[in-house]
Amino acid sequence: MARHFDFPGGIHPPARKQRSAEAPLRSAPLPSRVVLPLQQHIGTPAEPCVSPGQYVRTGERIAIAQGMVSTDIHASISGWVRSIESHPVPHPSGERASCIVIDGDDKDEWQRLPVLNWRQSHHAELIERLRHAGIVGLGGATFPAQIKAAIGEHHRIDSLVVNAAECEPYITTDDVMLRTHADDVVEGARLMAHLCGAERILIGIEDDKPEAINALEASLRASGTDDDAPIALRVIATRYPSGGEKQLIKRLLNREVPSRGLPADIGVLCHNPGTLRAAVQAVREGRPMVSRVVTLTGAAVNRPGNVEARLGSLMCDLLAAAELREAEVSRLIMGGPLMGFELSHTEIPLVKASNCLIAATQDELPTAPPEQPCIRCGACETACPAGLLPQQLYWYARSHDHDKAELFNLFDCIECGACDFVCPSHIPLAQYFRAAKDEIRFRRHEALKAEHARHRFELRQARMEREAAEKEARRQARKAAIRRRSQDQGLSEDSQPTETTDNAANAVMEDDIKTLRIAQAAARAAVKKAEKALARASETGEGDIDDLEVQLATARENLRTTESRLSAAREARENAS
Amino acid sequence: MSLMHAEQTAIRHPGDSGRLMAWVAIATLPGIITLTWHFGWGVITNILLAILMGWSLEATVMRLRRRPIVATLRDNSALVTAILLGASLPPASPWWLLLVGMIAAIIVAKHLFGGLGHNPFNPAMVGYALLLISFPVPMTQWTAPLGLLSSQAPSLSDIVFHITGLSGTTLPDTWTGATALDAFKNKPETVMASEFWATSPLPEGARTAWYSVSLAWLAGGMLLLYQRIIGWQIPAAMLGSVLLAATVLYAVDPSHHGSPLFHLLGGATLFGAFFIATDPVSAATSRRGKLFYGAGIGLLIMLIRTSGGYPDAVAFAVLLMNFTVPFIDYYTQPRAQGHSRPNHGIKPPPSSNEDRR
Ligand code: SF4
Ligand code: SF4
Repeated sequence: MARHFDFPGGIHPPARKQRSAEAPLRSAPLPSRVVLPLQQHIGTPAEPCVSPGQYVRTGERIAIAQGMVSTDIHASISGWVRSIESHPVPHPSGERASCIVIDGDDKDEWQRLPVLNWRQSHHAELIERLRHAGIVGLGGATFPAQIKAAIGEHHRIDSLVVNAAECEPYITTDDVMLRTHADDVVEGARLMAHLCGAERILIGIEDDKPEAINALEASLRASGTDDDAPIALRVIATRYPSGGEKQLIKRLLNREVPSRGLPADIGVLCHNPGTLRAAVQAVREGRPMVSRVVTLTGAAVNRPGNVEARLGSLMCDLLAAAELREAEVSRLIMGGPLMGFELSHTEIPLVKASNCLIAATQDELPTAPPEQPCIRCGACETACPAGLLPQQLYWYARSHDHDKAELFNLFDCIECGACDFVCPSHIPLAQYFRAAKDEIRFRRHEALKAEHARHRFELRQARMEREAAEKEARRQARKAAIRRRSQDQGLSEDSQPTETTDNAANAVMEDDIKTLRIAQAAARAAVKKAEKALARASETGEGDIDDLEVQLATARENLRTTESRLSAAREARENAS
Repeated sequence: MSLMHAEQTAIRHPGDSGRLMAWVAIATLPGIITLTWHFGWGVITNILLAILMGWSLEATVMRLRRRPIVATLRDNSALVTAILLGASLPPASPWWLLLVGMIAAIIVAKHLFGGLGHNPFNPAMVGYALLLISFPVPMTQWTAPLGLLSSQAPSLSDIVFHITGLSGTTLPDTWTGATALDAFKNKPETVMASEFWATSPLPEGARTAWYSVSLAWLAGGMLLLYQRIIGWQIPAAMLGSVLLAATVLYAVDPSHHGSPLFHLLGGATLFGAFFIATDPVSAATSRRGKLFYGAGIGLLIMLIRTSGGYPDAVAFAVLLMNFTVPFIDYYTQPRAQGHSRPNHGIKPPPSSNEDRR
């Protein structure tokens, strides 16, 4: 039965966590300049609300969230806005993006949000706070936290899972942070459970982090009130990728997140410990997200360890502080060695998603040998935690046979890289899969574009119809008002013609009203459906949110049209009788 | 994309594709040594010639395709194909027989289909089947198990003379004998199995020789399993279905069917189970698919042995099952996480249509 509580596959790569986990959490020196990308989260980039030359304080909002899936950006040091410019950002293909650059004044003057007590605040207020504090998931997905916090509105959540598994080699941010800040994490878990209505909290952690486990146990003993959700600490055997959201849920609860679904669909919400700590700080101390813990490691740094660094600090400065031996570096890796990517230079800022920076020597992580043909040995299948057949996916991804790739569940691939790790032919499988997914998404997007144009046209039509219907309703209302006034004055001549209307016309009106009432109910249902689709899309971050918004607006216009028509018909009936 | 690779770390792992194939080559050694011990130097000449031809053919094709030659030879796939074909042919086969077989294996079966990884059929078995159909006489004349060192055994110079093809297509009578399966196959209908064996139809020691060779292949197979070069699925399913079918037939009619042990050890069953059917490129790919694939080979072997026209059937059974691989692959997809059922068949998933809407 133990097998049941498990995900298939998985690998045991060398952990190499020792070096960075031994050092205590340090604070990185205050940077003299920060570069803050406008998009450090999944969703729409924020809009800058400062101008060059303006003085900002640490924690002051410098860019405002746009749309539903977005979040604010804050100054991470105090000083003067230097420019808003395009700057290289952490990205596999070395892309540039628009960033706000701030020159520091070394004073670190803070501007905090008002302090809140989460046990006494309204949900709406707390959720607003998460948005205004720029809290995003620090586990890698950088999904805005307020959306996850509000997920209880649409889903019944029974369990909150704290994902402290941290299974990828080299990375020790959660481990080291938990040793010193377990209390904050536990309180953050309680806060989030309170918001989503979870009945219990499960902390999943791998058994190679004894110190973090001790710290958590201690803070669990020390804290909590009687009406808080019960917290259970679950220590699991180390295996990559236990820290995958779906894999951890499977291991802790033996539930499977449905394909293309969310953990919320099976009553679970997953949070990374770093996110929880940031959320608690935002509420309790009014501290927006201006820093994060990052692991600096690899054989080419003399002082490996974890530092709490301001967002926007340049990677080169962080590495210099960790005493990088530049000559020995053969690969610079952002993220872990399995899911991360190589950087070509380090003039890029630390962002909310950056959890680890590895400066590896040639001996440590040798360059991959050349790719060889797939011999269909099946090693990748044995390693795949999603129960896929990577060898088949590879075949179809390479030949751009997208239908077949989807038939073999391409979109259930979590891009964990376990298959690459074991492949004897050194095929970068996960990279092929990511590319195939992008290609499919792009095609769908193209197909949707045409659809989107049609939806916009429909919205315009609906608006015009609504305006006409409203005009008609106003006319009928005016008429009714005049009639009523004249009736009040006892003038009976005006009512003369109404007596000539026969019963047949009346019956027709009754029928009209009935049809309109049905149309109104249908329009109301359509609005509900559109609202749901939009809510879903903003929870998953997938789907064309713009398009869904247009569709919702159309449905609303239609509803108003039917409502106006109905009231017009009613007035007309009144007038006629 | 993983920037870390298993073989570059300290964990236990078979290594890269080339090393994987090298292990297969190493695992054939017990079988080759035992074969040589019983059947003489002809086994070695077969294999060496085949290897030379395999390398030259591969190099030629790589030249024509303008691909790196050395890097391709290092994947060791031509080496393994050559060893397997050389070991399957009657010892001291003439050079032209080997050459035709190797051309069919390397050029036709492998490179015309796009090279390693793209070949739907097992190259060595394509070569073998082609030879068996085209040259049935030299293909069914096995040397008698005279032993490597006995005085009757042909000397190395005899063999060299023979493989040059100068001595004609047939072997000198004193050398030849039929394989056990072959002899049993040709047993007259009226003769009971027990009577047949009582007439000692085979040269002396032939059965022991065949059995010990089979056990040597088994030993090599165990090495492959231990080194995780092959999975247990195909050999287990194939041997299981051979045993099952043989037991049923033997139980129903012991006088006209070989015993299960005879079917297991008397022919190329074990060689096929560990070295031929497990060729990953042409086999079914999922773990579940491999079970069906192996079981299918086992059943076909028994079907051809009992009712077909050829005494041993590993090559045909494997090739026939190679045909079914795409079909097996479609129908044996494992259940992916988050799905209630595995996807079957070749229709596109309904979910993708939904998404497009
Ligand atoms: S591990 Fe590599 S070589 Fe083996 S089947 Fe998978 S993709 Fe092919
Ligand atoms: S990257 Fe995708 S296919 Fe490869 S092991 Fe991970 S989930 Fe499976």
